[in-house]
Parts: sequence; C-alpha cells; structure tokens
Amino acid sequence: MISYEEALQTFEPVIGLEVHVELGTVSKMFCGCATEFGAEPNSQVCPTCLGLPGSLPVLNGAAVESAMRIGLALGCSIAEWCRFARKNYFYPDMPKNFQTSQYDEPIAYEGAVDVEVDAGTVTVGIERAHMEEDTGKSLHVGGATGRIHGASHSLVDYNRAGIPLIEIVTKPVTGADARAPEVARAYVGQLRELLLALGVSDVRMEQGSLRCDANVSLRPRGSDVLGTRTETKNVNSLRSIERAVRHEICRQAEVLLAGERVVQETRHWHEDTGVTTSGREKSDAEDYRYFPEPDLVPVAPSREWVDRLRATLPEPPHARRARLQQAWEFSDLEMRDVVGAGALELVDKTIEAGAAPQAARKWWLTELARRARADGVELVELPITPGQVAELQALVDAGRVNDKLARQVLEGVLAGEGSPEQVVAARGLEVVSDDGALGAAVDRAIASNPDVAAKIRDGKVAAAGALIGAVMKELRGQADAGRVRELVLQRLG
Amino acid sequence: MTPLSPADVTTMSASALADALVAGDVSSAEATGAYLDRIAAVDGAVHAFLHVDADGALATAAEVDRRRAAGADLHPLAGVPLAVKDVVATQGLPTTAGSRLLQGWVPPYDATIVARIRAAGLPVLGKTNMDEFAMGSSTEHSAYGPTHNPWDLDRIPGGSGGGSAAAVAAFEAPLAIGTDTGGSIRQPAAITGTVGVKPTYGGVSRYGLIALASSLDQAGPVTRTVLDAALLHELIGGHDRLDSTSINAPTPAVVAAAHRADVAGMRIGVVRELGGEGYQPGVRARFDEALALLTGAGAEVVEVSCPHFEYALAAYYLILPSEASSNLARFDAMRYGLRVWPEGKPEASAEDVMLATRAAGFGDEAKRRIILGTYALSSGYYDAYYGSAQKVRTLIARDFEQAFTHADVLVSPTAPTTAFRLGEKLDDPLAMYLNDIATIPANLAGVPGISLPSGLADEDGLPAGFQALAPATHDDRLYRVGATLEALLADRWGGPLLDRAPVLTGEVLA
Ligand SMILES: [Zn+2]
Repeated sequence: MISYEEALQTFEPVIGLEVHVELGTVSKMFCGCATEFGAEPNSQVCPTCLGLPGSLPVLNGAAVESAMRIGLALGCSIAEWCRFARKNYFYPDMPKNFQTSQYDEPIAYEGAVDVEVDAGTVTVGIERAHMEEDTGKSLHVGGATGRIHGASHSLVDYNRAGIPLIEIVTKPVTGADARAPEVARAYVGQLRELLLALGVSDVRMEQGSLRCDANVSLRPRGSDVLGTRTETKNVNSLRSIERAVRHEICRQAEVLLAGERVVQETRHWHEDTGVTTSGREKSDAEDYRYFPEPDLVPVAPSREWVDRLRATLPEPPHARRARLQQAWEFSDLEMRDVVGAGALELVDKTIEAGAAPQAARKWWLTELARRARADGVELVELPITPGQVAELQALVDAGRVNDKLARQVLEGVLAGEGSPEQVVAARGLEVVSDDGALGAAVDRAIASNPDVAAKIRDGKVAAAGALIGAVMKELRGQADAGRVRELVLQRLG
Repeated sequence: MTPLSPADVTTMSASALADALVAGDVSSAEATGAYLDRIAAVDGAVHAFLHVDADGALATAAEVDRRRAAGADLHPLAGVPLAVKDVVATQGLPTTAGSRLLQGWVPPYDATIVARIRAAGLPVLGKTNMDEFAMGSSTEHSAYGPTHNPWDLDRIPGGSGGGSAAAVAAFEAPLAIGTDTGGSIRQPAAITGTVGVKPTYGGVSRYGLIALASSLDQAGPVTRTVLDAALLHELIGGHDRLDSTSINAPTPAVVAAAHRADVAGMRIGVVRELGGEGYQPGVRARFDEALALLTGAGAEVVEVSCPHFEYALAAYYLILPSEASSNLARFDAMRYGLRVWPEGKPEASAEDVMLATRAAGFGDEAKRRIILGTYALSSGYYDAYYGSAQKVRTLIARDFEQAFTHADVLVSPTAPTTAFRLGEKLDDPLAMYLNDIATIPANLAGVPGISLPSGLADEDGLPAGFQALAPATHDDRLYRVGATLEALLADRWGGPLLDRAPVLTGEVLA
C-alpha cells in the first residue's frame, strides 16, 4: 500500500466521528432494570426491555439529564421540544424489531469542541447528541472469528437491550489535514475525559461503554466537494482510532489513484492486522421507516431545568488543564504527555489521594504505561485504581519499599492480589531496615569478602558497593540500601 | 325472600349483583359458579371465550367470600366476575390476541388494568375472542374461529371485541374488558344490544394491552347497563406510571354522573356527517326516537358540522397500519410464541425462520395491514401517506373543538347497520371498514365515546346503537346522557333491551 505521505500529496482527508456512549445510569432507558456490566446473561431484563407483547416504555429522567449535560458541555443548544422515533428493522438482538431512538429531533445540537493536538488546536463541530436505547448482544457460536458467518448458532444476551446510549456525531472535520488521525484520537480522548468529568459514564472502551465509528473520505487537494466516505466500526481503543483512520486514508488513496471508486460502506477494523475489511454495503435501499414513537410523550425540558444543569457543569477541559498544570508545576511537555496518554484524570485522582505530582506522573507514564502497552489496553483499563497508586507511593515515601520492591508490589496489585499493603504483607516485600538483621548480614558480607573490606578500610569507599550488593543479594533485595551503606562504613570506616 | 336462582344471578346487572353480594343474598362463589355454568351451557354456540379459567375464578371468589365474612373493607365490585378481551396480558392465563402467533403464550405479567381488577377482587372468568390483533369489525378474523351474535347465531357480534360483547349479551359475564382502536368496544356493543365505553385516550392505562395502534388504542368497559360501565371504568381508570401517555389526573366522576342521569339544559349536537346516506333506515329511526326522548328530558338538540370527518376513514387506514406494522414486528419467533421452521431448510438462518413464522402465523387481514403500513412509512411515501394522515388527524381534532363550542356532547348512530351475516363482508375489506365510519373520529382525536342500545331495527329486529362523544377528560358527560336515555328507553320498552333477546338454553341450542 502507498505511504501516508504519498496519500496526502494528492488528497486531503475529511473525517467524522460517531461516538456511542453508554450512560452510567442505575436503570435502563425505558424500564427499571439494572445496567450493571458483566451480570449473568438475561438476568437484567423485564417485559419492557424484552419487548414482550403489551409492554410500554417509560423514559428515564436521569438519562435525559445526562444527555442534556453532555450536550451543554459540548457547547450544544438544548431542544425546547423533541421526540423519540422508531427505527424499524429486523434483527434478533432487537426485542421489538425497532430501536427507539431520536431521529430528526435530537435533544442537543450545534456545538463545538476545541481539540488540542501537538501542533495546536483544531475545532471539531458537533452536529448533534441524541438519545437512544442499546440493542442486545449477539454471541455467534461455532464460527471461526465470532462473526455470524460460519457460526452454527447464536446466543443473545438482552441485559444490554435498553441501556441508555448517547450518540454524539461530529460535523465533517475538514481543517485537520495530515493531522486527521491524530485529531480523531485526540477528539475521542478529550471527549472521554469530558464524560468522565461529567460523571455520566465509565467510558470503558474495552467493555463497549464508549464505541467509536470513524468516517473517512478523501478529496483531491483544492476541491471543496466531499468524497465518498466509509464508516469504520469496531475501533476499540484510542490508539486504534488513530491507526484505523490512517490506514483508511492510505487505502482510499490507493483505490482512487488506481482510478477506481471508493465504495460507500461499513468497514471493520482489525486490531491484530491493522487493516479494515469491507462490511455490509450501505445503500439507499436501507429504509428504517422512521416515525415518531407513539408510546412516549415529547421531551420538553424547561429553560430553568437547562440553566440548573448548566450550573452543574464541570470546568471546561482546557481551563482545567491550565489550572492543573500550574498547580502541579508540570512543564508543557510533561502536561502534554499526561493528556496524550489519557492519564489526566488518573494523575489528578492519584494526587488527590496523596501522591506528589511528579511521583503520580511517573507511575502512570512509565511503569503503568509500559504495562498498558504490553497488554494492549488503555491506562484507565488497567486493574489498578489511582488510590492504590498513591498508596504504593506512600510506601516508597516512608522507605518501606525501595524502587525495585515497589515494582514487585505493583505487579501484585495488577495481578489482583489486593491493595499495595496487602501485597507487601502477602509477598513479604517490605525492606529490612532493622539494624539487628542488617548488621548481621553486613558482618557476614565483610567476613566472606576480606579483600573488599580491606580496600574500604584503606579509604576506597567506592568499593562499598560490592558489600552492599552482597547484603542485598542475601536479603533478596529487601534491604534498605542506604542503611546498609551506613552500617558498612560504620564498621570499616 | 326466595333465594336467588342461578338465572336470577346471571341476568341481574353487575351493580345489582354487587349489592346482593354485600347483602349476603348470594356469595361470590355461587355467582361465579352460576356464570361458569352458563358459559358451559351456551358458549359452545356463541364461542365468546378463547379460554375459561374456572379454577382461578372460583379461587378468587372464595377468597373474596372469606374476606367479606371476616369483615374486610372490599371494593364495591369485589366478587363480581368479569371477562377480559384476549388482547390484554394476564399473568398465568393464555393471551393470544386471537392470533396463531401467540398460541399458548402465557404472559409473565399482568396488564395494569388486570392488576387493578385482581386487587379489587373480581374473579376473572376467562379471555374473550377477538379479531386477530384487534384488526376487524366482525371477530371473523380470529385465528380460533368466529364468535356468534347471541341475537342471531348466524350473524357477527361486531369486532374486534365481539367476544366481550357477546359474552355480556349472552349472560356469560356481567362485565367485560374491551379495547377500542377504531370502534372495537362501541360497534360490538351496538350490534349486540350492550353498553360499551371508550374512555378518553390516556384515561385508562395501556400497559399490558398488546398494541395494535398505540396512538389510538384504549381499553374500556363492556356491560349491560350504563351504571355498570361507570363502575368498571372507575375501577380500571386513572394514572399509571407504566404508561407514559396516561393522563396524570383523577378519573372523571363517572359513577356519580351515571347516578345523576339528567340532561336538563345539556346541549346535544347531532353530527351532520354521521348519519344520512349509508345508514340503515331502522338504525336511523331508533336514533331519531332517542333524540326526541332526550329533548323531552330537557336537552337542547343542535346540529353541528365536522367537515373533515369525511377523511377520517382514509387517515385511520394509514395511521393504524403504519403503527401496527411496527408494533407487530416483534412477533418473529425469536423469543416467544409460534416458531415455524422453513420447509426444506435444515440450516435455516434467523431471518429464514422469521419469514416462515410470520408467513404462517399472521392471517390475511393482519398481513394486509402490515403491508399497507410498511408501504405508508417507506421513505419517499411517508409525507404523502403517514404525514398527510397526521394532518387530517389534526383537522379532525379541530372539528371536535369547534363542535364542542356549540354542544356539550355529540351524538350519532354507533354503526351504520345492524349485525350482518357471518361471511357476508369477509371478501370485501372496504365494506367491512365502513362499519367503523362513525366510531373512528373519536379515536383519531382521543375523545371519549359511549354506545348504548337504542332499540331494534324494524327491518331485521336486531339491535342498533346510540353513540355519544364528549370532549377529552369529560367522560362523565357520556354517563349523564347514557343513563338518562337508558332509563327513558327502559320505561318505553318495559325493561332492558336484552330481555327481548332470544333465549339461549341448552335445549334451544341443541
Ligand atoms: Zn427491563
């Protein structure tokens, strides 16, 4: 395939992003069922979310409130009056064979967010944020890839059916040019940060509570007509958003340079191979027969309600970043790395839990970042909380573990062995700073290394390292190295 | 006083039975047993019921009797049995909506109105027959065979709620629940000589009603007297948080209105567009006599015009199929109900099974309306069909608003004709649809309506109905007019109209 640089010589990419966010409401969009992730299949269902004959939906006020707060945080106008519609199509994971979704009357519309990338700020226009219900989840059994093709049968879990979703749709982003993949990633990263700050969703991409479809089209440089776009699905991490957009730009450029046409279609992103493959073709034949949902009454939020919600909005992300950078005394580069890694929230919470800013930053951007990369997950997805990181740092600060032991404690926490304190206790990882035990080990080291001891007595203090090493070895690294050094020099000084 | 015979019990009104229960003249177990015996005797010929729950009804009756004996504070209708249209979900009782697609389906939950009925201690006798998914005006579109009109077993009992109306007319139940989307309570009531009320849209919860057209459906009472209808209306009505379209206000004082039974000073508007051509002479004659009686009782009769009613039928047959095509999409063999495996396709996909099941499970009328509705909602046709129909709907609502500035209630014959013969209109859907010409406008505008007997048509000696319509949330006016007219007519006839129905006994039927 042609390179990204080659693709950009001839074409300008235009991207658009559709993000589905599962709201963290206690109950579903139209019934009282629980929304907890990972429950026994089909255990969180009722006549309404199973679409049983006769059942009716009742709109969840908390979901509407979350939708409005998201809209306001994205700078959108809030509709004075809007309705739900039925999107009719048959699929086994849809209990009613229609999805209740806002169609041409979204609750929030016309907003914008400033997305910060390395080379500055790009404004991403928001077309709409609308409410809808999630579908059930199909599990195709017996096929090679978990896809329906080749499967012997399918199972459906309706726990997800009716979970409130907000779909946030951007306008076509035209100004990003070569930075389009980076902008796509940064937009979703920033959106996730915003949603976390709003407290409306846990936004875990790997659990599907934030799902992103990336639209990409190319147009010849100088043209202002949009090209045919593809919609790439199954993009489940920030990193894959960037990769998928970049890949799709190259792929489309190759198609166009070969004199062929880009097919308007849904494409699937494959994380392992780094390519997209063709899904179903989107044609005009797809007719959802939308009409206003007669089982629900219109949503008409009062302006007082909207104003009240506006007052509950968290600080805008850029203002917050500036404030935190100053408070933490981070350099521009350090701050950008934290934001770029999607660690702002995590670092903030770690600091709130008592860690020094630099220590918090270091944990998340070195040791934990390495681990996340190795596991192919996002930092937020690692099984460790900011509170636990702060607890670990407190152990370091108190001299109870050294750097090497701290890394072992971290491993234990990530392996699910409990809190740092629990791991230290269970694995016996605390440094030995008890002078009795250390002194005995030092004496043994001196006795078995007489020539080294002699050198130190002669004033070659640098040789102490060998004795310290021997003590550390004997105590399996769990010695307070500083104290050992003092004891060696005391005895041989 | 001589003890009440089973025939006494089954022919008395629900309110009279309620009084007898309170007085201890009869127990609920005896009354329920009398009705179950009556069902066993005549339902073979009438076929009003799809399912009879003798054990459940008797258990409820026994429980009510026990509580009454213990001095418990009971609902006025406690112990009075009733029948429920099979489109209403009843936990533990089969609910088929007259369709093969739901054969054997037993809901795991109660409709709100059923929950209220059970809480009040009314024994549920069983589920009544209906046109499949309430699509029809004759009950001939039931997948389980037609119901017969107790006045003439060769004739239709109306529809879609022919089962509920026939059960009440044949003294198989004192009370029944119906649902009315375009006249399915009122038209069967008219042609079986019973009373039926479609409350204001939102006045009675729809939770648990298998939806036909969500914006038109409304449940209501089917009874033998206006007071009985008011009592049942009051029991099932009122706000329900499970139905978003339910009105959050108390039910109008319908029982008080039925007791008041007075029309002095009331302005009664005769709708010019609902009468005249297409209406059977005997139906019109009885309607005119009823008007004269009301005038005599002090009402002022005026004529009003509702010019857009002309388009009501056309708009209705776009809105109803559109909503129905979507509401009926869930019957796909995936989760419950009928499942048909496509022939010669052992490796059938889910889509194949859906297609085969829907092809085999839906009757012709349901298919006809699903196809119509799917077409009307299609992109490119939406504005011309569904969109235009909604505009007509708005105009009809304005017609009502206008008319109600001149009149307190509007009146018309309920149906243009008396009961036709089974099979007579089965091959002519348009002729069938015309049966609902006078009842449909109320559904489109969401206003309440009542039908009560106006007498027998001279041509065929069959019952005709008198319809009154009131502004939304003023259902009480229907009961004032209805109870007044009922009393005046009973005086004239020397008793209720149903006294003149042919006697259905085991011997006669055999
Ligand atoms: Zn539910």
